[in-house]
Amino acid sequence: MTIASQSRDIAFLTEQARNVRIEILKMLTKSGSGHTGGSLSAADVLTALYFYKMLHNPSEPSWPGRDRFVLSKGHAAPLLYTVLALTGYMDKSLLDDLRKLGCPLQGHPSSKLIPGVEVSTGSLGQGLSIANGIALGLRLDKNPARVYCLLGDGETQEGQVWEAAMSAGHFMLDNLCAIVDHNGLQIDGKCSDVMKIEPVAGKWSAFGWHVFEIDGHSMEEITNALDEAEKIKGKPSVIIAKTVKGKGVSFFEGKAEYHGLTPTSEELVKALKELGKNGK
Amino acid sequence: MGSREEQTTANNKQKQDFCGQAVATRDAYGAALLELGARNDRVVVLDADLSGSTKTIKFAKAFPERFFNMGISEQDMIGTAGGLSLTGKIPFASTFAIFETGRAWEQIRQTICYSNLNVKLVATHGGITVGEDGASHQALEDVALMRVVPNMTVIVPSDGFETKQVIDTIAEYEGPVYVKLGRAKVPAVMPEDYKFQIGKAHTFNIGKDVNIIANGIMLPAALKARDILSQEGIDAGVINMSTVKPLDTTALLEAAKNSKLIVTAEEHSVIGGLGSAVTEFLSENYPMPVKRIGTNDTFGCSGKPDELLKLFGLTAEDIVKTIKTALGS
Repeated sequence: MTIASQSRDIAFLTEQARNVRIEILKMLTKSGSGHTGGSLSAADVLTALYFYKMLHNPSEPSWPGRDRFVLSKGHAAPLLYTVLALTGYMDKSLLDDLRKLGCPLQGHPSSKLIPGVEVSTGSLGQGLSIANGIALGLRLDKNPARVYCLLGDGETQEGQVWEAAMSAGHFMLDNLCAIVDHNGLQIDGKCSDVMKIEPVAGKWSAFGWHVFEIDGHSMEEITNALDEAEKIKGKPSVIIAKTVKGKGVSFFEGKAEYHGLTPTSEELVKALKELGKNGK
Repeated sequence: MGSREEQTTANNKQKQDFCGQAVATRDAYGAALLELGARNDRVVVLDADLSGSTKTIKFAKAFPERFFNMGISEQDMIGTAGGLSLTGKIPFASTFAIFETGRAWEQIRQTICYSNLNVKLVATHGGITVGEDGASHQALEDVALMRVVPNMTVIVPSDGFETKQVIDTIAEYEGPVYVKLGRAKVPAVMPEDYKFQIGKAHTFNIGKDVNIIANGIMLPAALKARDILSQEGIDAGVINMSTVKPLDTTALLEAAKNSKLIVTAEEHSVIGGLGSAVTEFLSENYPMPVKRIGTNDTFGCSGKPDELLKLFGLTAEDIVKTIKTALGS
């Protein structure tokens, strides 16, 4: 099965994003440990990538023609694992054992344990450099595949992100598209209080990137931006996706404390109700 | 007997391989990389604005499309090298040893070693023989920093001939490797028939009184110390332990079992490098007297390489003195 950008069915993608959120919540409730807020905030973006934009082949994870994805914000592992399971890279039952001893689903993604994970991440700020390297390698090989890299907004406080941003601009990596999950929160509170990251768009633009600013929960806007980014030549693209941390569950939304907290069983029931699953 | 042509070819090959030639190991690296680039188009090279010093500039000029100058950004260089390896390339990433291993240590740990990527970290300007630039540029901790990371192989070649072979060998090996090279010209010490293998030490001879386990620029010092000791009736052996990880414990044990004392010698801190690796193994497997020669938990300083080697006790005479004191003779 090769999943590709054949049809841009917004209703279908929205439904998939809802399923992704439901699986994330169930998984995190079972594990009792993991990152809820940042997994939910980027759920729409990753759904659009894996169910629409990226050309990939779950039955042949290392197929050379595949588009690549690098999860620079490695703590959103529950989100990545969910889309990998739902697109057929692994058995969905594995999601039950997130973070458990012996389970390949580590707290942060390990590429040696899970097919479909290009590279191990978890320590912030490193993914974009890796994505650049992949993009350079593909270009050398005249391989038309594209590279996507998801970063957290708090993550852009890491200096290496800007080294990599400078490199991608310098090497004019138009086969690369970065996405910043701009939910405005980090562990210790609001990004603006902890360490101001604004102006986000201005920074990327100054480093030679084409910048898209979108609503990161609008499937319409996400898919549009991903399509448009492909047409930008001579420079890398970044999509600044304005999102809400904990999106989809009213009592998690916008709360920094749910960066690393998981739902209780009672919260799960309520959350699934909100997502229209009646606790199933 | 071969023909004159065959002999000429053999001589040229030897020259190309730096056999018997006194060169800086970084120069041998530059030449090895150039040759490697010509025969293997999967080889790509990254540098952080020091290509003239690390000698990757030769490769850069010959294969500009496969050379990436990352600017002064070591962390980004390591990540980019990792990404290139994910597309089947064999990246060699070079800068000075302290910036490569120190500045980008956590990138090496997380991106390269945890994912077990096929990236070759070849650093030059290891040790105090960097000289005049002083402590900021003299890596005395790099071997320790690399040895502690899982999946990493750590190699410290002694001369140009060995360096050439190390570079050829690691290009064929799948996985992360760290190679420490020097700035200054070093004498040729490895014999003509030497063949480098990862994890295999070269035993020059086994001494009944003492065996010196050395690598890098301390190997010629060890050989000289052996000759001085021999004139004084002390039977010393020398082993080139160019691979620090994985350590050749077979060669080490043989040397240990046949002598009264083991001495390690390296252009590195006595903490965490070859001396530590040898001591760790022997203390658990064959406890015996060991003396470590290296820098003693201190930073370097500016000066000429020879002056610094004297100041920090890294000469043949220092090895002799340590051994005689330890043996009580």
